[in-house]
Amino acid sequence: MPLITYREAIKQALDEEIQRDENVCIMGEEVAQYNGAYKVTEGLWEKHGDKRLIDTPISEAAFSGLAIGASALGIRPVVEMMFMSFSYVAIDQLFNNASFCRYMSGGLMNIPIVVRGPANGGTNVGATHSHTPENMVANHPGLKVVCPSNAYDAKGLMKAAIRDNDPVFVMENTLLYGEKWEVPEEEYIVELGVANILQEGTDLTIVSHGRCAMLSLQAAKTLEEKHGVSVEVVDLRSIRPLDEETILKSVKKTHRALLVEENKPYCGVDAQISHIIQLKAFDYLDAPVHRVSAIDAPQIYAKELENWQIPNEERIIAGALKALA
Amino acid sequence: MATTKKKTTSATKTAAKSKNFASAPINKSLSKEEKIDLYRTIVGIRRFEERSLRAYNQGKIGGFLHLYIGQEAVATGIVSLMEENDHIITAYRDHGHALAVGMSMNECMAEMYGKHTGCSKGKGGSMHFFAPDKNYWGGHGIVAGQTPLGAGLAFALKYKGLKGCALAFLGDGAVNQGSFMETLNLASLWNIPVVFVIENNGYSMGTSLKRSSAEENLAHRADGFDMEWEVCNGHDVFEVREVANRAMTRAREEMKPFLLEIRTYRYRGHSVADANHEKYRTKEEIEEYKRTKDPVNVIKQQLLADGTLTEEEAKRIDQEKKDEAEASAKFADESPVAPRSEIQTDVYWEVDNDAEGKLKGTYFFND
Ligand SMILES: Cc1ncc(C[n+]2csc(CCOP(=O)(O)OP(=O)(O)O)c2C)c(N)n1
Ligand SMILES: [Mg+2]
Repeated sequence: MPLITYREAIKQALDEEIQRDENVCIMGEEVAQYNGAYKVTEGLWEKHGDKRLIDTPISEAAFSGLAIGASALGIRPVVEMMFMSFSYVAIDQLFNNASFCRYMSGGLMNIPIVVRGPANGGTNVGATHSHTPENMVANHPGLKVVCPSNAYDAKGLMKAAIRDNDPVFVMENTLLYGEKWEVPEEEYIVELGVANILQEGTDLTIVSHGRCAMLSLQAAKTLEEKHGVSVEVVDLRSIRPLDEETILKSVKKTHRALLVEENKPYCGVDAQISHIIQLKAFDYLDAPVHRVSAIDAPQIYAKELENWQIPNEERIIAGALKALA
Repeated sequence: MATTKKKTTSATKTAAKSKNFASAPINKSLSKEEKIDLYRTIVGIRRFEERSLRAYNQGKIGGFLHLYIGQEAVATGIVSLMEENDHIITAYRDHGHALAVGMSMNECMAEMYGKHTGCSKGKGGSMHFFAPDKNYWGGHGIVAGQTPLGAGLAFALKYKGLKGCALAFLGDGAVNQGSFMETLNLASLWNIPVVFVIENNGYSMGTSLKRSSAEENLAHRADGFDMEWEVCNGHDVFEVREVANRAMTRAREEMKPFLLEIRTYRYRGHSVADANHEKYRTKEEIEEYKRTKDPVNVIKQQLLADGTLTEEEAKRIDQEKKDEAEASAKFADESPVAPRSEIQTDVYWEVDNDAEGKLKGTYFFND
């Protein structure tokens, strides 16, 4: 299988979907002629032209809303947010219109759009550019959200998101864009709502998503080598819909859980998962569920401090040892 | 082009050549020392940013670095007109405004290095410089997000009965954010003394003005809100001062908003990461501006010509600013990073000021 970058995997998904369905188009700032701020759409404008790759002014509210409207007539727009942080100026469109049009029309409408872009910290760009809003999206029934942790999932989830008949947010990560994974040449889809067990284990379950799932996998290896602990790592892939079954099955087996995410802790994704575990696997737990999240403050700029603020291997191992105590 | 009001658009009248802005009353009244100060500020911004670019390339500065090189005369000219109750706010391309209001190179450089001695203790970075003691309210990373805040500063002045104005800077791409257009209406509807300054450098990232705005005369948008506007060039600090003075005076005296569009140019890419900026514009375009309109050179030639400066003095000032920038890099490099405990300070005023431990409830939620 070829090794390709996360960036390339997303581009392949977009490219293939543009070719598969004439209604798929991509819009956002600098996506066409500039090849994308992070070069995710590189070459696509040249290949598919102005109709399919659409450069927008810096008007996120307008082009998000426009995408929603267009989707009502069968267009399937993929909206790029240069950073997910910038979707905040379009929140009314995304959190009111995209999420509730179907409900308020009594099911007469559906909104098949994709909103994609990087949603991560760790790049030393400060609080206004480091949001991880998968929890906020998940808090809006009607919206779906996925957080691919690797190139294989990024491609498969992107294709699933584009074919999905509801609004799906795809949270990417600038720190993963250049990383490589094996991705098959033949077509595949990664269904929404299906978690992935990155590594099997017996002593502790780590539930994570996005780049943190990769960090957790690394930490699991260290825990094995240095502490002789066998860790099972569950990568959620999809936040809403959520694969409760895989989480619960794993926790019932290991009896201990550590939840790792880059989100700020209060009302983070893992707050919900922790609730599910205590409610549905209470009798199986040998210890309280622990969490490692971003240290609860706006994202700090200073590099050394930001690298401590977001989960890192050291903090995950410390969290794991607490959950194992 | 239909406009309901006739306005001076000096930029479109090739005014720079035909009109000597230095002899306009607001500039004529400048003392020799004040004129040299304008030069000193412009050169200071240039040298500071060149030094910060080097630091970025050495990996000492992370994140984004949006350089103001080419636009120095805009912030310098306008800030030089600020009075006691005038306030200023801008976007992420904020180093020029910061130095112009009198922030030190040390605190600015240290901020970019992410050090505790930085103006925001290393919490904000290059895009988020603040100095409320100098009426400078940032440094904001979200396009146009600062524009309603600018109107808010002016609203507060009016509310308190203070005579002053607020200066809200934005770019030519930022005009297409909803928040800015909403703010234009509010400011005009409520007669708020805010001066919006569009620093039109022709590009928003890799997108030329033509490709982002249906009406390329950005100042004309003011007409839709019954607001006064003017357009001028941004390479000659005296032209900037002459035109901005009208806008600011009107805001202060008549409690009216104003939209200024200043034509300027950035020499570097959008940020340093935008390495291919010669793909969306030509090398010739950049060179032409540098050759004919470089703000450092333009003021220098004027001050040499009118006898304010000698070549030696100009050189000495230049060297002083280079040395100051170099020293700021050393200062930043040697400064400490804040301790980890600083991650959770400056989040809530009440927590920071709760010396007696009277606060109820949990504020922070770590595992
Ligand atoms: C809401 C929002 N969308 C997108 C961005 C990313 N972005 C930062 S600056 C910029 C271009 C702005 O151009 P302009 O307003 O002309 O200002 P200039 O950079 O030329 O000073 C873009 C798209 C952002 N920071 N905020
Ligand atoms: Mg611009």
